[in-house]
Amino acid sequence: MPETKKLMYINRKAPYGTIYAWESLEVVLIGAAFEQDVSVAFMDDGVYQLTKGQDTTGIGMKNFSPTYTALGDYEVNKIYVDKESLEERGLTLDDLQHLVWEDEDEDYAEKDSIRLVSRAELSEVLADQDVLFNF
Amino acid sequence: MKFTIQVNEGPYQHEAADTAYHFTKAALDKGHEIFRIFFYHDGVNNGTRLTTPPQDDRNIVDRWSKLGQEHDIDMVLCVAAAQRRGIVDDGEAERNGKDATNIAPGFRISGLGQLIEGGIESDRVIVFGD
Repeated sequence: MPETKKLMYINRKAPYGTIYAWESLEVVLIGAAFEQDVSVAFMDDGVYQLTKGQDTTGIGMKNFSPTYTALGDYEVNKIYVDKESLEERGLTLDDLQHLVWEDEDEDYAEKDSIRLVSRAELSEVLADQDVLFNF
Repeated sequence: MKFTIQVNEGPYQHEAADTAYHFTKAALDKGHEIFRIFFYHDGVNNGTRLTTPPQDDRNIVDRWSKLGQEHDIDMVLCVAAAQRRGIVDDGEAERNGKDATNIAPGFRISGLGQLIEGGIESDRVIVFGD
């Protein structure tokens, strides 16, 4: 394997309605085993994937939103959320699940995983990546 | 340049399967290397040999098989996506107790790690789909 690469998974679609969000999350979880520099971005309708209080009983589908809270355990702790996408949908950070990770280097201190960024900031982060997986 | 191609949409429903094919062919014609083609989401439906399009239409599955075999391309169907959508090879049929297989020549079924590895090993990952 070559040197560590910067991998980013970009999520742009709502969690239900299509399977993209769920199958994207499966890629992120599998990809965590490769020990690369991983980050995940949520933009457009993709920000709905992180909302708290999801209830899928009415549509008979599995509610996979609790899985996002496990990302920290997989050392996936750079989660970028596009601020404008939230605002366009009348959402704020408080509407999203509180995603955290434990920093081994600081006595397992719990830290926030979500980084709220402007679209311009996010485009800079995107430009800095080696590989983009777009879902 | 070394490419990994990701195909996220099924054949006929969405032009992504066509565009991915034409891109792959053009890249090969220009002397580039295709490290792997990874079929994900409904893209796994590109790999069923049971497809029977009308005779006056392109046969997307046969086209992939031919291209893959001519150029010895590693064409991978994601196992999790394939299981959901009923794309089966001998191993999957045995493991899951299915009475038939339908994988097309030149394709193989493997895990999502193959996609990640493609991203690490290639110069570019090109994603086709919405």
